[in-house]
Amino acid sequence: MSAIIQTRNFNLFYGTFHALKDVNIDIPKNMITSMIGPSGCGKSTLLRAYNRMNDLLEDVSVNGEVIVDGKNVNDPGMDLVELRKKVGMVFQRPNPFPLSVAENVLFSVKIHRSAAPKEYGDIIEKSLKAVDLWDGLKDKLNTSALNLSLEQQQRLCIARLLPVKPDILLMDEPCSALDPIATGHIEELMHHLKANYTIVIVTHNMQQAARVSDYTAYLYLGNLIEYDLTKKIFTVPKDRRTEDYLSGKFG
Amino acid sequence: MIKNPYFRERIAFTLLFIATAIVVLPVICILFFIVKEGWHAISWEFLSQMPRKGMREGGIFPAIVGTLYLVFGTLVFALPLGILSAIYLSEYAKDNFLTRMVKLAIINLAGVPSVVYGLFGLGIFVVFLKFGSSLLAGSMTLAIMVLPIIITTTREALDSVPQSFRQVSYSLGVSKWDTIRHVVLPHALPGILTGMILAVSRAAGETAPILFTVAAFYLPRLPKSIFDQAMALPYHLYVISTQVPNIKLEVRYGTALVLLMIVLSLNLIAIIVRAHFRKKRKW
Repeated sequence: MSAIIQTRNFNLFYGTFHALKDVNIDIPKNMITSMIGPSGCGKSTLLRAYNRMNDLLEDVSVNGEVIVDGKNVNDPGMDLVELRKKVGMVFQRPNPFPLSVAENVLFSVKIHRSAAPKEYGDIIEKSLKAVDLWDGLKDKLNTSALNLSLEQQQRLCIARLLPVKPDILLMDEPCSALDPIATGHIEELMHHLKANYTIVIVTHNMQQAARVSDYTAYLYLGNLIEYDLTKKIFTVPKDRRTEDYLSGKFG
Repeated sequence: MIKNPYFRERIAFTLLFIATAIVVLPVICILFFIVKEGWHAISWEFLSQMPRKGMREGGIFPAIVGTLYLVFGTLVFALPLGILSAIYLSEYAKDNFLTRMVKLAIINLAGVPSVVYGLFGLGIFVVFLKFGSSLLAGSMTLAIMVLPIIITTTREALDSVPQSFRQVSYSLGVSKWDTIRHVVLPHALPGILTGMILAVSRAAGETAPILFTVAAFYLPRLPKSIFDQAMALPYHLYVISTQVPNIKLEVRYGTALVLLMIVLSLNLIAIIVRAHFRKKRKW
């Protein structure tokens, strides 16, 4: 497999708290990789290390390497704007801007001036089609995004990412605010997106990891315990701790 | 009887209602009194003529214009300076001892008596920088007086923009400055306008800061440049109320009424603009 993200002996500290310990993990291209583990295990922190969103917190220090597309993102010369264009993120709670549907999709386009105004219509249509919102919303492009259902909002948040043309989509528990049916729809969407994007998803929901992902990583107390094909992890886990977690002995 | 929760509810409600009534009543009385005594004096001549015969006749036109100039001048200096420094303090400054002291100092500046600002303006702008008693010196003095209001309200407005908006923006590859410009500021605009409303009211109504820095006792013409003196409504009101004998009572109340109307209409404009922005971006 060809790895688009390589994590080498990566350590992360919140002040003196050692949140990630010597993590080594390769994320394969155009696959869905899920990260599971109990709360506080560091899975979200690891995800946020890939687009350096941990920078927003004070007192975070790191060592080791995170290599995205051949570049170490922790290099002092790393251009965060470029990195985050390449590595998009979907958050736990759907968080569209309190603007119209169209304005949400065009948000990055207008700021980056990446397209001429006459292309706006195409961009909106293409982005909304990619997340299966076009048919439902094509006549409501000017309504506020906050009037949409939570599922539609989360789809819109994914659509908002696409004009930036990322290679990687990081999803931080993208379905935890959604009901089971909406969750199913988003999972289906992830399968479609896989063709063009590499997806890394953090989830609390083991069944979700089993359903959507090709690879699964199990983290516990800041350590990467086991990382393998999802099929293997869920049927023949090598580590006792993985087995205990998956079988529901704790978590 | 006392244990009855409905009864206690009624007592609480009555107390809260009375407290609010006590607060509102004086405002209504003042308004009623000023309108009742003053509206006879209001006429086109009163609003558009120069004062004559030692202010006993004619109108208050130069004082109206002077006040409008001063409010405008104050905003020209105070708005950019206040908003920019508020952005720095809220978005960029590290949260350390020095920053906290600066923030505390700004909040305390709002409590400094206005006559102190007047003396400060006299010392710095009028004498040291040799602006003389002028619109420029007066505007700058008023600007310094309203800066803490603008900075504090702007900072509150910036802080109330949800952190998640910023995160999303960064995650879309938008730089910090573009995030502030395109995400934070538009959503903070209604709050910033609230600060502007308070600043306008304060700048239009204060007497002490303009006393030594710009206000002319009697100047029956319009100011010619920003280095010219000007009449202003609050000071004019003070003058005709205490310094010039034999002025009709209704002229004094009329002047107060005009000052009140100017402040109210400036506020009304800002409130309409604010409502417009609130409707557009609500969360």
